[in-house]
Amino acid sequence: MLAEFGYGVLVVTFLVTIYSVIAAYYGARTKSTKLVESARRAMLLTFPLISVSAATLIYLLVNNHYEVSFVYEVTSRSMPTYLKITAWWGGQSGSLVFWAFLLSGFTSAVTLRKWDRDIEFLPWVIVVCGITVTFFLGLVVFYENPFTRFWQVAGGVEPSMFAPIAGAQLFTPADGRGLNPLLRHPGMVIHPPMLYLGFVSFVIPYAFAIAALITGRTDDRWIRLTRRWTLWAWLFLSFGLVLGGRWAYDVLGWGGYWGWDPVEIAAFMPWLTGTAFLHSVMIQEKRGLLKHWNMILVILTYSLVIFGTFLTRSGVLSSVHAFAESAIGPLFFIFIGVSFVAAIALLIWRWPELRGETEMKSMLSREALFLLNNLLFMGILVICFWGVIFPLISELFTGQKVTVGPPFYERATAPLFSALLFLMAIAPLSAWGHSTIQTLGRSMWKSAIAAAVVTVILFITFTQNIGALVGFTIVAFAIFITLQEFWRGARARQKTQGEGFFTALARLTSRNRRRYGGYIIHISMALMAIGILGIEIFQSETQGTLAQGEALDIAGYTVEYRELASWDNAGEGVNYTRAVVDVFKDGIYLGELNPRIDYYAEAQQNMTIPGNRSTLRDDLYVLLVDWQPVSSMGATFKIYVNPLVNWLWIGSLLFLVGILVAAWPDKDPENEPVRVTRSSRQTSAAD
Amino acid sequence: MKKTLLIFTFVFMLAALFTGTALAQDSTPPTDNEVNAIAKQLYCPVCESTPLDVCPTEACKDWREQIRTMLAEGKTEDEILQHFVDQYGDRVMAEPPAKGFNWIIYLLPPIIILIGAIILFRSLKEWTTPKVVAAGSSVENEAGEASTPKDEYLSKFEEELKKRK
Repeated sequence: MLAEFGYGVLVVTFLVTIYSVIAAYYGARTKSTKLVESARRAMLLTFPLISVSAATLIYLLVNNHYEVSFVYEVTSRSMPTYLKITAWWGGQSGSLVFWAFLLSGFTSAVTLRKWDRDIEFLPWVIVVCGITVTFFLGLVVFYENPFTRFWQVAGGVEPSMFAPIAGAQLFTPADGRGLNPLLRHPGMVIHPPMLYLGFVSFVIPYAFAIAALITGRTDDRWIRLTRRWTLWAWLFLSFGLVLGGRWAYDVLGWGGYWGWDPVEIAAFMPWLTGTAFLHSVMIQEKRGLLKHWNMILVILTYSLVIFGTFLTRSGVLSSVHAFAESAIGPLFFIFIGVSFVAAIALLIWRWPELRGETEMKSMLSREALFLLNNLLFMGILVICFWGVIFPLISELFTGQKVTVGPPFYERATAPLFSALLFLMAIAPLSAWGHSTIQTLGRSMWKSAIAAAVVTVILFITFTQNIGALVGFTIVAFAIFITLQEFWRGARARQKTQGEGFFTALARLTSRNRRRYGGYIIHISMALMAIGILGIEIFQSETQGTLAQGEALDIAGYTVEYRELASWDNAGEGVNYTRAVVDVFKDGIYLGELNPRIDYYAEAQQNMTIPGNRSTLRDDLYVLLVDWQPVSSMGATFKIYVNPLVNWLWIGSLLFLVGILVAAWPDKDPENEPVRVTRSSRQTSAAD
Repeated sequence: MKKTLLIFTFVFMLAALFTGTALAQDSTPPTDNEVNAIAKQLYCPVCESTPLDVCPTEACKDWREQIRTMLAEGKTEDEILQHFVDQYGDRVMAEPPAKGFNWIIYLLPPIIILIGAIILFRSLKEWTTPKVVAAGSSVENEAGEASTPKDEYLSKFEEELKKRK
């Protein structure tokens, strides 16, 4: 009964979004305010509707309704309630509902804003968001229905929404299969929603961009209206990526945080175009240039968001056949293809109206450097995209399957990432409009000297590895320059306003939040680069089978195997095996670590949880690989020493701070640089 | 695991004894680190994007034992890698070997980036060349294009005027 109800509501929502799209379209064409208003209200209705359907699904999940196949697949009786709720996005069909739920929420929020003189955008924003919601709901209604149930038929059990033959009885399995244990980690509970929030919020700027193209209001209005959406989208996406990395580090047990897995890359690609977009819109706002390019970036981001949603859930990249067999794979590709072509066609149609308003004066101006930044981001995107789809292409054309693994991506992207870091260092020094070698040189020589000093110290005390030294030099350079920017700004304020240094620093930041928030993000990126350089270049590892009392040595550490215990937790259906090892460094006792293996009986899956000792200098990361159940005597350990990796996490926390500084809604529009009266109204409206 | 290891070692020792050739090589079994150094470079066809040295599945354990056996037999790293390639195809390697069709994967990204760079620098050059100079010199293209919409409008306007006359 409940399943039918939930499904019925989904179908109704689907119809309502279709109505909303059609009404908005005709409303815009016939200039009928009534129709547009009707479309807006229909769109507002979709959110409560999907919420009801989602609530039904959650009710089924929490109350063990295993006759529903989705519930059977992602939950089991032993799972705690909070995990049963979050299992909503643990499987494909549920996560498609989740996507539609988020997008309809965001669309409702955006249609509720005061439109004033932007009212002409409204119907087209509804059309774009509505089509996207309709697409996802359509997938759910016709192909990936989370309310499908099991039915007892002559030949066995058949999954179907309604009774496949008259009089068929529902079949209810005694227990569900349960969520993949790897996904039962807190990081995995929040990682997908974060990623999805990021994905979905990027739809809003895209919708405004398309609205701008259709209506011909091709000034930077759409960018100003969606600036905060973009920043928040970027925040969620970035945070989602970092959480995913942390989860991999804590749970997957391979001593790393990023494996260049196609699924990871799928989430990374919209981040790349999104980041490029965040930078290049500034050129359009300040200088009225690059209007075409910004459109291309936002269209690309949208396509990659849909592509990413598809990849992260379906795993169809494993082979051409998996792709062809999956019901929704081809549909996704058609949707991405059609929306991309339509958007590009619109862009070409408006091409002449999107000419730049001014011209560039110098190859070293801020805008030129931003363009270079965009080129580098696009380069990384090309490498990622190509690496992800090449195995499919190879299989298609030669029948030969290939793996494109980390070495490919690392080799190809490392120079581009270094160049990006370098640009990140010098770009803040360049001026809008015009810079020369002299002006740049004057403002950077101090930082350059400081960075050189750091390099020499590192060379003497830490490493002679050229790649690492180049990396650290650029990092140091970027950090010094950015700090110098803060210092210069604060000093200037101190002189003119007579404030104390820290007051000046705080006011400087709070009055120019976008700029200084951006600088904080730059510093955080440099810190993250330290962590990445550390683990990529200096990671060391060893593995060995030890008897009790034996030890392994690695990078100055001694890890001694003390004991091991194995026990069942029947209630959770998990068997825990936990080792105790003692850690010494240069003979000094540092404490014990407890690497363990959790064996999930129902899923027949192992989870290898490391024992990790984390310091600013390095992480000692101990994995229990194997043990001999009979004697409990021998155990195999794998030990990694990951130098500097903590800076990656510290950097990501600072990153959050930076982005919050930049994106927090404005209360005090005092120092909005240009067009004060207009922009103050816009910012309050755009929130 | 240890049991299989012991068996392998035992078999190896026996073989060594009988043939008498491998005796000169070290009689200690290969260490886990030696095995992992090779396993790191391999990907089994089932566990997508998980390198063999960290993959927890039974099948991958089995592969690692195969590597250990081959090491014990005195095979070199290249021979062992080649063994897996022969058996399972190129996909066991972390990267496609640079030959034939696979060249595309290595060539395409740099080519696209290069094209991007060329486009960028040409546009930059075009943008940074002051328009006054451009209009003054014989570079008609730029100045011409920039004023096309207006010109069209004007010419139409003039045409209309002519018709009316």
